[in-house]
Amino acid sequence: MAVTVSIPTILRTHTGGQKSVEAAGATLAEVIDDLETNHGGLKQRLVKEGALHRFVNVYVNDEDVRFAGGLEAAVKDGDTVTILPAVAGG
Amino acid sequence: MIRRDLVDAMVAHARRDHPDEACGIIAGPEGSDRPERFIAMDNAERSPTFYRFDSMEQLRVHREMSANDEETIVVYHSHTATEAYPSRTDISYASEPQAHYVLISTRDPEQHELRSYRIVDGVVTEEPVEVVESYMFAHTGADDTPDCP
Repeated sequence: MAVTVSIPTILRTHTGGQKSVEAAGATLAEVIDDLETNHGGLKQRLVKEGALHRFVNVYVNDEDVRFAGGLEAAVKDGDTVTILPAVAGG
Repeated sequence: MIRRDLVDAMVAHARRDHPDEACGIIAGPEGSDRPERFIAMDNAERSPTFYRFDSMEQLRVHREMSANDEETIVVYHSHTATEAYPSRTDISYASEPQAHYVLISTRDPEQHELRSYRIVDGVVTEEPVEVVESYMFAHTGADDTPDCP
């Protein structure tokens, strides 16, 4: 089950500068674990204490996974996972 | 360096949403460091003390910008009761090292304050803001435009 993961500028140090990489998994959590094996350090930028980090938005295709199961969101072959930094402040 | 119409658009947006914080970006060609396309964003928090881009709007804008080979040149937001200086939360979320973070304070109803910063690895560096009428003629000293002090 291959998905394309789009990587934001700030995290490309973990992917050797690549804008998008391939990964495998049936859920977002599995995809992130697979990413970590090939691009060490990514996981801790995305996940904190078993949940998605508040500093990132993650989408499966057109859906923000915060409203679609979080790390348990289902991922299918050919899906696109997009990671964007959350833009927020006070 | 930034065009006057873009500065005016940021200030107008900040005034319009006062007392809530306003936010948005100005996109420009990748690698150009030239702000060109003004994009006001919704503040999903609708709060006088916090802002967050609406995540779905942010995805749409991200895709548009990728298709146009644009990147974020300016990230702006307003402070409605405090000075135009990044808060601790602003610094913790700042994740675009190439971007200029513009703060607009609307606490004074008559006179706004607009300042610009780089925020890299938690370190804030203020930078001067040069407002120009046009990028093309910015430094040619047109006869009809008085030189800025």
